[in-house]
Amino acid sequence: MSESDGPRDMVRLEKINLSFGENHVLKDLDLTVAPSEKVVIIGPSGSGKTTILRVIMTLNRPDSGCVIIDGRHLYHEERDGQLVPAREKHVREVRTDISMVFQHFNLFPHLTALQNLTLAPMKVLGLTREEAEERGMELLKRVGLADKASQFPGQLSGGQKQRVAIARALAMRPKVMLFDEPTSALDPELVGEVLAVIKDIALEGKTTMMLVTHEMGFAREAADRVLMFDSGRIIEEGTPEQVLKDPVHDRTRAFLRAVLSH
Amino acid sequence: MLSANQIQALLEGVSLTLRVFALAAVLGTVLALLFGIASLSDNRVLRWVSRIYVEVARGASAVVLLFYAAFAVPILLGVRSGRSFVFWAAVVALGVNMGGYGAEVVRTGIQSVPRGQTEAAISLNLRFIDRLRHVTLPQALVVMLPPYGNLSIEVLKATALVSLVGLADLTAEAQNLRVQRAVSGPRAATSLAIFGTALVFYFVMAQLLALLFRWLEQRLAGDWYRGRS
Amino acid sequence: MFAQVAFSWDWDYALDTLPKIARGLWQTVVATIVGISIGMVLGLVLALLRRSRHRIIRWPTIALIEFVRSTPLLVQLFFIFYVLPNFGVVLSPFVALVLGLGIHYGTYTSESYRAGIENVEVGQWEAATALNLSAATTWSRIVLPQAIPTVIPALGNYLVAMFKDAPLGFAIAAGGILLEAQAEASRSFRPMEPYTIMGVLFLAVSIPAAFFVRYLERRYGYERV
Repeated sequence: MSESDGPRDMVRLEKINLSFGENHVLKDLDLTVAPSEKVVIIGPSGSGKTTILRVIMTLNRPDSGCVIIDGRHLYHEERDGQLVPAREKHVREVRTDISMVFQHFNLFPHLTALQNLTLAPMKVLGLTREEAEERGMELLKRVGLADKASQFPGQLSGGQKQRVAIARALAMRPKVMLFDEPTSALDPELVGEVLAVIKDIALEGKTTMMLVTHEMGFAREAADRVLMFDSGRIIEEGTPEQVLKDPVHDRTRAFLRAVLSH
Repeated sequence: MLSANQIQALLEGVSLTLRVFALAAVLGTVLALLFGIASLSDNRVLRWVSRIYVEVARGASAVVLLFYAAFAVPILLGVRSGRSFVFWAAVVALGVNMGGYGAEVVRTGIQSVPRGQTEAAISLNLRFIDRLRHVTLPQALVVMLPPYGNLSIEVLKATALVSLVGLADLTAEAQNLRVQRAVSGPRAATSLAIFGTALVFYFVMAQLLALLFRWLEQRLAGDWYRGRS
Repeated sequence: MFAQVAFSWDWDYALDTLPKIARGLWQTVVATIVGISIGMVLGLVLALLRRSRHRIIRWPTIALIEFVRSTPLLVQLFFIFYVLPNFGVVLSPFVALVLGLGIHYGTYTSESYRAGIENVEVGQWEAATALNLSAATTWSRIVLPQAIPTVIPALGNYLVAMFKDAPLGFAIAAGGILLEAQAEASRSFRPMEPYTIMGVLFLAVSIPAAFFVRYLERRYGYERV
């Protein structure tokens, strides 16, 4: 738990353990992500890959271990030189740098698309309504949905909803963006438009991204690193070429065969 | 039928009934929100306190709470149990009773909001208070309104009990008229007319309350609810 | 405003009043049991009437149910106790009380029965018709046996609710826990002990009863109407 010398990791998980009752989902997990790196995590369901993202987003607290975001501990704070469990205030401060896109969108149904985007910037970042709406419209334009600004989520298609959700996450200008199977709940013909938006964010460069997905094509095109997850551990990692074309592990091979045969 | 004077007497009773109801409803709603939200807290103590409040507030009937508040509590506080005190004691008793039932309605309403909503709000780093105000409660409200409307009507009916502790509400005025009639002779209005009219007044108030809630449901639900997927 | 009254709890007096108030509690329980019996039967009758094909039966029934549900039980008790004698129906306080409870809660239970009956699948009715069963047999052997179990948790709820309303018998001198407590309090000028005991005894019955009803709800997979 020391400050690293040299280029700082953007995301760093140290010895993370998490059990849901009897189920030991994350086992002594170590993971680092460099600034602006795009990491794709693949693996069978129940392997714990979604849980990693949820731990980083503070949706599930780890039983033990540390999460460090851009050099700052997320779950701990330093007091009198000691590392103690952090208070809510501290967690919120560090969490500011992280945003998440959910498999089931989780848009606020009682707010319009634009309002979905402006709520948090106004309440959390302190933007005025004008500033928030300006930023919101810009982002809606970027994801191709400027004309849907005053529509409610119930009136949008799945692909449109997810694009609004991505814009909502971007509105917070996060350093780290997490994507939990962003296209798994979409009809096949809507997947492309969402992947295009995510690719756009990836190519633009600055944001550190972690994606859990089954879209291998996307991984090949946009990922810097691919991690294969199974039973709570990383069993293989490397560049997309290494892991996807030429996996070392049998488990990885079996998994890829099953996924790609759809 | 009833004379103008008698109708006026009943209407004065209605005025007190409505005053007790309105104040008790405000208190009841505040308590319902407080304890309803507290019962979902991460803090075990808060959860337990809410649970106890809900069980006791509901388990003790309105009438028991009313008598206790009006006659036993003054002794505890060392206060004289005058008319003004009994009025406020009644408001508190009915409000506390309503809060017990209301807290359950609030709790169910909040639990009906999908967890993903709270998670999205957390991912956007909204504070607990802002999550509640802007994400959870607006969605919970739509689910809460119908049972809350029924509850309000129950509270309105419960105000009739305050006549038993000496307040001059509609029921008490009806009782008064009945007693007066006994000394007024044959020309007086029948007790059928007296209690019948009182029942009709209550009926009208209850229906108006029901209409109010239906209107609220329409207004608050809004377009988004109907288009919701 | 806050006079310095030295209040001290008198245990002797408290224990002295306990049997009287407990007797009152028993009266309230008896009234509740009789009341719910009337209410259960009346509710079924009302539910069946409400389903009548003839508007002349249906509408007055609906009106009656709505009217009784929207008005206070207390006023209904006064009505039964003071108005009916003018029409030759003189009832003892106890009978007036259980009748009032039965009618008032009969309207609530009728809604539960209605929901239970409507929840019996259409297919059941169709099968009965296909088998050429008479209306009486269809109702007694097919529909009601399926409708009533789902109503049991609701009836349990109303039983507990009625227990909370039964002390109102006090208002028409029909005995009960409240009457005893209040009589004691006015007799001894010490309201604290009788009312506290009343509260404690009351909770001692109603809270366990509520837990039992919740257990019934879980067992019968109750869905709130």
